[in-house]
Amino acid sequence: MAKKLIGDPIDRIDGTQKVTGSARYSADVKRPGLVHGVLVMSTVANGTIQTLDTTETLRLPGILAVMSHTNAPKLGGMDKNKSGETASDRVLHVFQDNLVHYNNQPIAMVIADTFEQAVEGASLVRVTYATEPVKPGLPTSTDKPLTPPRLPRVDDQVDTTRGDVKKGMAGAASTLEATYKTPTQFHNALEPHAVLSFWEGDKLTMYTTTQGISGYQKRVAELFGMPKENVRVITQYLGGGFGSKGTTFSQAMLGPMAAKLVGKPVKLVLKREHMFGMVGSRSATVQTMNVGATADGQLTAMTHDTLAQTSAFDEFMEPAGTITRMLYACPNLATTHKFIKANVGSTSPMRAPGEAPGVFALECAIDEMADKLKIDPLQFRLKNYAEEDPHRNRPFSSKSLRECYQQGADQFGWSKRAKQPRATRDGNYLVGMGMATTVYPVNRGESTAMVRLNTDGTVRLETGTQDLGTGTFTIMNQLAAEVLGLSPDQVTLGAGDSKYPEAVGSGGSRTTVTTGSAVTQAAQEVLKKAKKMAYSDKKSPLYAVAEAEIEAKNGRLESKSDPKKGESFTSLLKRNGNKPIEATTLSKSGAEKETHSMSAFGAIFVEVRVDEALGEVRISRMLGNIAAGKIVNAKTAKSQILGGMVWGVSMALHEYAALDTRNARIMNPNLAEYHVPVNADIRDIDAIFIDEADETVNPAGVKGIGEIGIVGTVSAIANAIYHATGKRHYDLPITVEKLIG
Amino acid sequence: MAEKDTYLIDGSNRRWFLKQSSALTGLLLAPPLVATSAQSTQRQPTVPPSGKRAITLRINKKTYKIDVEPRETLLDVLRERLDLTGTKKGCDHGQCGACTVHVDGRQSNACLMLAVMHQHQEITTIEGLAPSKSQLHPLQAAFVKHDGYQCGFCTPGQIMSGVAIIRQGHANSPDEIREWMSGNICRCAAYRGIVEAIGSVQKEGKTV
Amino acid sequence: MKSFDYVQASQPADALRLIGAAPSSRFIAGGTNLVDLIKYEVENPGTLVDISQLPLTKIEKTATGIRIGALARNSDVAANKLIASQFPLLSEALLAGASPQLRNMATMGGNLLQRTRCNYFYDPSQPCNKRAPGSGCGAIGGYNRIHAILGASPQCIATNPSDMNVALSALDAVVQISGPNGNRSVPVIDFHRLPGDTPQKDSVLEPDELIVAIDLPTPKNAGKSHYLKVRDRASYAFAIISVAARLAVDGGVIREARLALGGVAHKPWRLVAVENQLIGKPATDATFQAAARQLLAGAQPHEHNAFKIKLAQSAIVRALQTVA
Repeated sequence: MAKKLIGDPIDRIDGTQKVTGSARYSADVKRPGLVHGVLVMSTVANGTIQTLDTTETLRLPGILAVMSHTNAPKLGGMDKNKSGETASDRVLHVFQDNLVHYNNQPIAMVIADTFEQAVEGASLVRVTYATEPVKPGLPTSTDKPLTPPRLPRVDDQVDTTRGDVKKGMAGAASTLEATYKTPTQFHNALEPHAVLSFWEGDKLTMYTTTQGISGYQKRVAELFGMPKENVRVITQYLGGGFGSKGTTFSQAMLGPMAAKLVGKPVKLVLKREHMFGMVGSRSATVQTMNVGATADGQLTAMTHDTLAQTSAFDEFMEPAGTITRMLYACPNLATTHKFIKANVGSTSPMRAPGEAPGVFALECAIDEMADKLKIDPLQFRLKNYAEEDPHRNRPFSSKSLRECYQQGADQFGWSKRAKQPRATRDGNYLVGMGMATTVYPVNRGESTAMVRLNTDGTVRLETGTQDLGTGTFTIMNQLAAEVLGLSPDQVTLGAGDSKYPEAVGSGGSRTTVTTGSAVTQAAQEVLKKAKKMAYSDKKSPLYAVAEAEIEAKNGRLESKSDPKKGESFTSLLKRNGNKPIEATTLSKSGAEKETHSMSAFGAIFVEVRVDEALGEVRISRMLGNIAAGKIVNAKTAKSQILGGMVWGVSMALHEYAALDTRNARIMNPNLAEYHVPVNADIRDIDAIFIDEADETVNPAGVKGIGEIGIVGTVSAIANAIYHATGKRHYDLPITVEKLIG
Repeated sequence: MAEKDTYLIDGSNRRWFLKQSSALTGLLLAPPLVATSAQSTQRQPTVPPSGKRAITLRINKKTYKIDVEPRETLLDVLRERLDLTGTKKGCDHGQCGACTVHVDGRQSNACLMLAVMHQHQEITTIEGLAPSKSQLHPLQAAFVKHDGYQCGFCTPGQIMSGVAIIRQGHANSPDEIREWMSGNICRCAAYRGIVEAIGSVQKEGKTV
Repeated sequence: MKSFDYVQASQPADALRLIGAAPSSRFIAGGTNLVDLIKYEVENPGTLVDISQLPLTKIEKTATGIRIGALARNSDVAANKLIASQFPLLSEALLAGASPQLRNMATMGGNLLQRTRCNYFYDPSQPCNKRAPGSGCGAIGGYNRIHAILGASPQCIATNPSDMNVALSALDAVVQISGPNGNRSVPVIDFHRLPGDTPQKDSVLEPDELIVAIDLPTPKNAGKSHYLKVRDRASYAFAIISVAARLAVDGGVIREARLALGGVAHKPWRLVAVENQLIGKPATDATFQAAARQLLAGAQPHEHNAFKIKLAQSAIVRALQTVA
């Protein structure tokens, strides 16, 4: 069956709710008797709490309790509070001891009748500490680097080698060594983390901000030491996450603990400044690349050594070297990953963890090598194009990178690029063009979906997924509708609630790949049952017609060769007991995981204008050409890529945690000084999808698109700045002080 | 759309929230569109408890009489006291624009306004923008059409700013829109869709 | 946010009486800075005296120029035809500041009193002599990218964050003040102070005084003006460096010059001697570069802000080129 590779650009099904303000995000939910929690944070980075004086707080009107290590409910599952197998299981700080591991760590919570009372109460808690020397983290740390126990994706090796790097370097006509630095970044979804919790007996309900309802439910239950059936997690609308809501962080426990302590529903919403530490960060990295190539541009050897930071109490490793292993056909290659421990909040996945900082280093090094060899950077990449995955020695399920390069170059006008850097001037501006490869692996987990074809011809779809803003809810309906030959508005969706079948967490661009496959398979199963019902039913016009000859179209089953021969779902079901047809399918990877390498690919092109006197850089044009399998919804998918590309701008030019190294305190914990792009920073920007049919990758035929937008954009910008100014930048972000000539 | 039963509060039982709130805080809600003068309330002579002030707010053409502490911001009053949760709290410090409302027609950050200081001004929130329950404001419809959002959290503030700049004549070119919309951060970065949505409404010359 | 009392004044005289009557009271109008500071627990007023309803919003012609009421909104002043035509430098600076929302709320008087964005001032867990005199300066030896390179003291290296103040300084604006002992006038260049040993005082305004108006005198020589702002993003960001420049040039020779720098000191940085030296000089890059060097003479950088010296000089030259 020929399916559309680029799906209809339909409007989001929750669009009206979002534009009218009727969409209730977790902090918008109300309960009778609701009270408010506000956190108290540590002001030292390492030590123990000596005294925690609540006298002044408890004197205020409306204060119900101050929860801290002195009185917090003891948790039955604290043995599980350790760095887990999956990236989303991190060590939490839930008031079970008096230890402080980083500056701005939650140490107490004030619970009061009103928000204002709780805020004032929190300001009056007096804390004294016995402090220890502070380890501030990268890039100043002088601690011995350690080898991490694992990378976040369990099947990724920590270190790899292939071929003989020494020999490869010796055989190179040209070699390059460069060290790249990336800063600590914070996700800063616009919606602060919120959790409204209430207990009914031993049953806990939470309206909360999570990218993974099922994982959150399990984690909360296991830390409380209770069955997960006793925890209900609801995330109807999520105001962005970018990874910081993928991990179940401390507030997920502190909220329900407070609700238990005061016996009332408690709403806990993080202040913006609380989001700089306790809800994760992208680790700072120091990465060293070595590249060797022949004079005619064949890579002979590469090494990529990553040093990251992790928190003093945890073991998350930023996996920056994994893409280098597979992106180019380079025979001799080695990658290593190490971290140092520091008094910082949890490092954790942030949009394209590993890939974003790692490909910045890789694609800047590739660009620099091309320049050294006097080869066009796009040609250099084509010369080293990997037809198969050189790391796994497997074919790609599909790879349309060549087409992305070609179409992107044509549309962007790459051929007009000056051969020399610093060759184009327009008034006060130096103008440059840069490009980079972008890539993101297909990550597939496990999801279950239920599809029910009702007797009125409508469909009910249920799966415990969540929509971060990516369009998941819209897309799931589209996938089910497409299989069953219906219009998406004939599908109603039950999601955003742990009462629905378990679905994968939305991280690592997994959702459409995994849950979309489950929906597709469940819908296919329903269709199969309906077809069988038809061809087995003597009263059906399709009686005895071969299954393969029947297709679903416009609410009907009909013969492919003779569309008039057929009937509506409604009449078929009515005649057959007037009962719905239902299927529940658990979907997970199959043999393709062992036989193929699966990634989305693309090319990013950027034009920058740099005013060297004033240290100002403006991105005048950006284009992303992406091949990511089937695109379910052209409209929401484009927004995903554009958003990712703007994240690339943000990483390249804006974001960094301003650290006071004396006390490891973040000094810009707000949106006035922690800069992310505003509207005026983004001008001509576009994303185009390349048709790519992939029957192998998964039943939905899709690859993830949530992260690929950022990955190549960072280096494309750095490369464009080089082309404009003739100066390479190895240290992000590229701010005014680095640009003034 | 996702199942309706997952909200504890919907249109029908919103009432008990307000009632509950009233018991806690002495809130009196005037019926929609019924003008309530200060003299007509029975509570007028009494002093509200613990430093609270009886104030009158005009929001979305309705009159609300409510007791507030001077420290309560307009944003918190809208969200926590009046259940007008369309206006969002993104930063609480005037750094993101998610709380943008109109005060006498001017786009303003509700998080930095003390409710007690804004009596007798016409306040409009996202809930008051659409002409009717069944009809979207042209800019709301344009945001849906142009995908001027992803997660939707900044969207009410974006739309309130967008309507204001169209009315004020600051939406005449993409660059002008970009500059005048820069007080509203969209972390999903739907900036292109936002500019297209505002530009399309401005071009159509519709009354907004 | 601690509880505070609230009173509303309807006339300036009421306001002065109310501010004197209650301890630790503060005036509030737009609230864009004060409410923010109260939320961060930097300011802890006992009483707020609401002056937003005082009749001080007019923008009117006077015999010597234009008078702007202290409670005129930044957005109204920026859009005002008199201002835009006669003092475009002020419009430009106002529109370069903050966001449309904040400009709609912020008043002229409040903007004059806008407090520093120093990271340590804003974080009550950290030492800051401006917020808590005697506690020390966290920025010295800490994170000090946005901090002062001129006129700082061992007690404080904070900068004044306002764009408007830089323009007002270059426009020779005069602040009109009412107090319990009558009225007084203070030129903007003398209104803000250097930190010295009392960084807690941003300006010469006493706590019981009220700004009622800002006067803009018509310049002797018509000329061109420009506000140049260098910032980390294209909009909605504080200045790293800004320059307000006014130049009257006749036959290639400078007749009058005003040059104020933002982002470098505790107050808008102006050196009248440097401006006077420009008079009679040719309007050339060499002249501009010399002025830029003189204006930055004696600059003392800290760990993260040494770049500001070169950047400020480049910005001065660019601004002067623009108005030459």
